[in-house]
Amino acid sequence: MTAMLNVKDLRAYYGQVQALHGLSFSLNEGSLTTLLGANGAGKTTTLRAICNMVRSTGAIEFEGKPIGTRSTENVVRLGIAHVPQGRGTFTNMTVEENLQLGAISRSDKNAIGADIERMYEHFPVLKQRYTQQAGTLSGGEQQMLAVARALMLRPRLMLLDEPSFGLAPLIVRDLFRILGKINREEKVTILVVEQNAQLALELADQAYVIETGRIVMSGNAKDIANNEDVRKSYLGY
Amino acid sequence: MELFANQVLAGIATGAIYACMALAVVMIYQAIDHLNFAQGEMAMFSTFVSWQLMQWGVPYWGAFVLTVAFSFAAGIVIERLLFKPLAKAPILTNVAGFIALYAIINSVAGLIWDFTIKQYPTPFGSSPFLGSQLISTHQAGMIGITLLMLALLFFFFRFTRVGLAMRAAASLPESARLVGINTSWMIALGWGMASAIGSIAGMMIAPVVFLEPNMMLGVLIYGFAAAVLGGLTSPFGAVMGGFLVGIFENLVGTYIPGVGNELKLPIALALIIVVLVVKPAGLFGRAIVKRV
Repeated sequence: MTAMLNVKDLRAYYGQVQALHGLSFSLNEGSLTTLLGANGAGKTTTLRAICNMVRSTGAIEFEGKPIGTRSTENVVRLGIAHVPQGRGTFTNMTVEENLQLGAISRSDKNAIGADIERMYEHFPVLKQRYTQQAGTLSGGEQQMLAVARALMLRPRLMLLDEPSFGLAPLIVRDLFRILGKINREEKVTILVVEQNAQLALELADQAYVIETGRIVMSGNAKDIANNEDVRKSYLGY
Repeated sequence: MELFANQVLAGIATGAIYACMALAVVMIYQAIDHLNFAQGEMAMFSTFVSWQLMQWGVPYWGAFVLTVAFSFAAGIVIERLLFKPLAKAPILTNVAGFIALYAIINSVAGLIWDFTIKQYPTPFGSSPFLGSQLISTHQAGMIGITLLMLALLFFFFRFTRVGLAMRAAASLPESARLVGINTSWMIALGWGMASAIGSIAGMMIAPVVFLEPNMMLGVLIYGFAAAVLGGLTSPFGAVMGGFLVGIFENLVGTYIPGVGNELKLPIALALIIVVLVVKPAGLFGRAIVKRV
């Protein structure tokens, strides 16, 4: 397997404050990887640095191309979809317009309609509400919409920032099941940042653990789940 | 009753112009969260350009189309040169930028075309509209052009991909970038469109107020009043606000003794203050709730 995303010695800054202290990791094509860590460890910052939404140094390569100096929109246009923390839903637009926006940078306009239909198959609840303002959806529905919007890009890589945040456990299970399906069926490489370590480790095949801006552990998700320290710190048993 | 109907219709006609200015103001406000104080001067300059073209022998509608195109391009150039560098600057820096732009355009127009008042033609004539004494053909034309422009804008924002991208960039810039929208260019496009809309307002009102470098000052204040009344976050509100302010201005001037033409402008300013105190979001705007 070849590495699709290669991150080397990533350092990120908010003003004078350094949030990442030389982070290195890579994602294999087709993998589903999770990045675990406590509050403030730098998980969100890592995702934001990949999309150049925060000042950073280091080398980020996507499919062999350095992307560190590209603007956010140009990183996205390479096929990297980012579902941000808080979902970033266009709340005053309809569900369908949100999906249209996900595909706004694509040039194959004729295929967009069919893709929207495909999203309705993945997420039937969105179909019932397609003319509704996205802001009127429940939290879980909005998260589904955010994932669907990201998929409308036909991404090669999808970055998800705490998709389980604020959702009921049953909805989280449903969402993670769909993510696994997308990873297998649509061949989308996924990097998911999570605080819900247990679920994330069940879903993922690779895992990284990050503490105060550094990777402290990496490997197969099952091995990580069985690791004594991880169990104590993140799984609570 | 005839007088009342007459004043309401005349109010709708001038209200159409206020609606255009308010719409231009709201478009830029949506994109960059600042009021463009130079919007009126940009419209005035555009109107002078159309006048100059006509002086050179270009027919009215040719000059009209060329001017709208010129204004669109000029709006983009102004944003790229002046306000893109100020995008992250504090609010007062932006305000200073707008005032500088106001003064520069005003003086340059005076320098090129001097400050004497000029006649400006109307393509609609000024005979009674459909034989009725209530409004003139020019006033009817102003209303018609405004409604046509609004319909086109509605279609653009509702049904085109670029329109959707512009709305997305204005409402949530970060999310817009994350779907691959170049938000910086969407702002420039917004400036171009606002400038083009303003130029139409200028060319429509010029036959009424006559052409001179300060012609848009009053119009812009009414435009601001309209935008505030309708809600700075709502293009539809801005347009409704424009018509309401136009009617209000005319009725007050007619029926309240002592309010002649001289006192009409303070009434617009008073309206701005009253709306900001009583209902800051305006009639159609959304109150901005910030989560803390």
